[in-house]
Amino acid sequence: MAGVVIVGAGECGVSAAFALRERGYTGSVTLISEEPHLPYERPPLSKASKPTQKLIRSQVEYKRAAIELCLGVRIEALDLSRHILVACDGSSWTYERLLLATGARARLFPGTEGAATLRTFDDACCIFQRLYPGTKLVIIGGGFIGLELAAAARAMDVRVTVIEAAPRLMARAVPAEIAAVVEQRHRAGGVDLRLGTQVTSMMAGGVSTADGSTVQADIVVAGTGAAPNTDLAERAGLALDNGIRVDNRFRTSASDVFAAGDCCSIPHQGGRLRLESWRMAQEQGIHAAASMMGEVDDFSTVPWFWSDQYDLGLQVAGVVASHGITTMRRLSEDAILAFQRDVVGRLICAAGVGPGNRVAKDIRLAEMLIARGTHLSSDQLSDPEVNLKSLLKAA
Amino acid sequence: MDKWVEACSVDDIEEEDLVRFDHDGRTYAIYRSPENEYFATDGLCTHEQVHLEDGLVMEDVIECPKHNGRFNYKTGQALGAPACVNLKTYPVKVEGSAVYIDVG
Ligand SMILES: Cc1cc2nc3c(=O)[nH]c(=O)nc-3n(C[C@H](O)[C@H](O)[C@H](O)COP(=O)(O)OP(=O)(O)OC[C@H]3O[C@@H](n4cnc5c(N)ncnc54)[C@H](O)[C@@H]3O)c2cc1C
Ligand code: FES
Repeated sequence: MAGVVIVGAGECGVSAAFALRERGYTGSVTLISEEPHLPYERPPLSKASKPTQKLIRSQVEYKRAAIELCLGVRIEALDLSRHILVACDGSSWTYERLLLATGARARLFPGTEGAATLRTFDDACCIFQRLYPGTKLVIIGGGFIGLELAAAARAMDVRVTVIEAAPRLMARAVPAEIAAVVEQRHRAGGVDLRLGTQVTSMMAGGVSTADGSTVQADIVVAGTGAAPNTDLAERAGLALDNGIRVDNRFRTSASDVFAAGDCCSIPHQGGRLRLESWRMAQEQGIHAAASMMGEVDDFSTVPWFWSDQYDLGLQVAGVVASHGITTMRRLSEDAILAFQRDVVGRLICAAGVGPGNRVAKDIRLAEMLIARGTHLSSDQLSDPEVNLKSLLKAA
Repeated sequence: MDKWVEACSVDDIEEEDLVRFDHDGRTYAIYRSPENEYFATDGLCTHEQVHLEDGLVMEDVIECPKHNGRFNYKTGQALGAPACVNLKTYPVKVEGSAVYIDVG
């Protein structure tokens, strides 16, 4: 029986496979992954000083749910008209419905091609086995993965330099006020942060930067963003648009072919949005499963992600606008929230940073306020005495 | 074997919220529902052993503060990935203004 075939067994593909069963799908479900390991979670890879393989589901769960796992298999070709997938070793699968959950891969900029990257368990093993107290680690890029790695490496007494081209950290993903707290924490933690300068080339034992300096390195890791894995889709002739182009139900330009997770871009406020977020990959996978089974609801979820660095927990709900009106709320000396509203006063984004899970509850409530398009005043948002839960109940 | 211990006072927990309670090397979460009933579960999320104390309580559900794993705190039931393993629950009784849980 042809059934559903899913290419890519990351967070999205695995969620989709189990969601099909939970919704009562009785056809065959085949989950194909190029990685040789049982599907695992990526977030722990940059957060701990020892790479661990935290499995998304145990082997018996796949068995129990009758999900056929094909590991270590890379799909090379997709024939849309015949509904056939072909792997590099020549084996093939036919499908009734296909889900592409091929994720993303680390991106490297010219001049930094020799740098290590951190996307898979194998990448993490390569990096961490080279880190010892006193090792000189240069991280290119002050985004989440680079900064989490910096914090994990500092815990091992590694000498860390982070080089970021933008004038501040995490420029695309969090408001400046939140980034400033994180920056201060890294400086206090002993990271040599060099902002506003770019790595132009790498040589044995170090890197050179645009401002003319060289930085010594035993190992160089680039955390300069990710590019969606679209090659298979592109060769098959599917429409792309910063990722595999899908509609609100994760349908691609070909009938019976769906895409979800980091590899796709979804419609968002008149434009398109491609997310790289663990929970979004799960939710998109679940929604795509429903859609493959003929359900017709449109996907609408407020994007959410978190990052852990040192003792700090950072969370963001919504999409940061470069020009939004930002209102700050201080929860305690070491915990702050930043809210952004659109021109008519609706909450569109909330970001917070604080020790442990201090900001979690408020960010979750803000996420629900964003989902409802709630209008809020800056007084309501700035005053820590105003309970977001009561605002939600009143909304 | 029953082993009732006093966990907190009824007013220590706000309506539709929870508090942490540590006892004998274990940690628990004590909840007050919107109907002013009290419940108790293990304190740590079954996904990555993060304490639920900073989580959000909405009606019957506690959401883990770390990755939003959701559980019904009245039954302990895990409500979907990343929460796949149920939370252990404990019997609760209220006497006067004290909340007791049975850790036995
Ligand atoms: C180090 C690290 C830390 C992270 N930390 C956080 C965090 O703290 N918070 C957060 O919200 N998000 C975090 N993320 C992001 C999150 O992990 C991703 O958004 C999520 O993994 C996306 O899931 P996915 O299933 O779409 O793609 P992926 O996880 O990338 O999985 C896709 C899979 O498909 C396979 N594949 C691709 N093409 C083929 C093919 N042709 N044939 C067979 N297999 C194929 C790939 O090898 C891969 O295994 C982190 C990511 C990384 C790398
Ligand atoms: S630790 Fe609770 S959901 Fe992950």
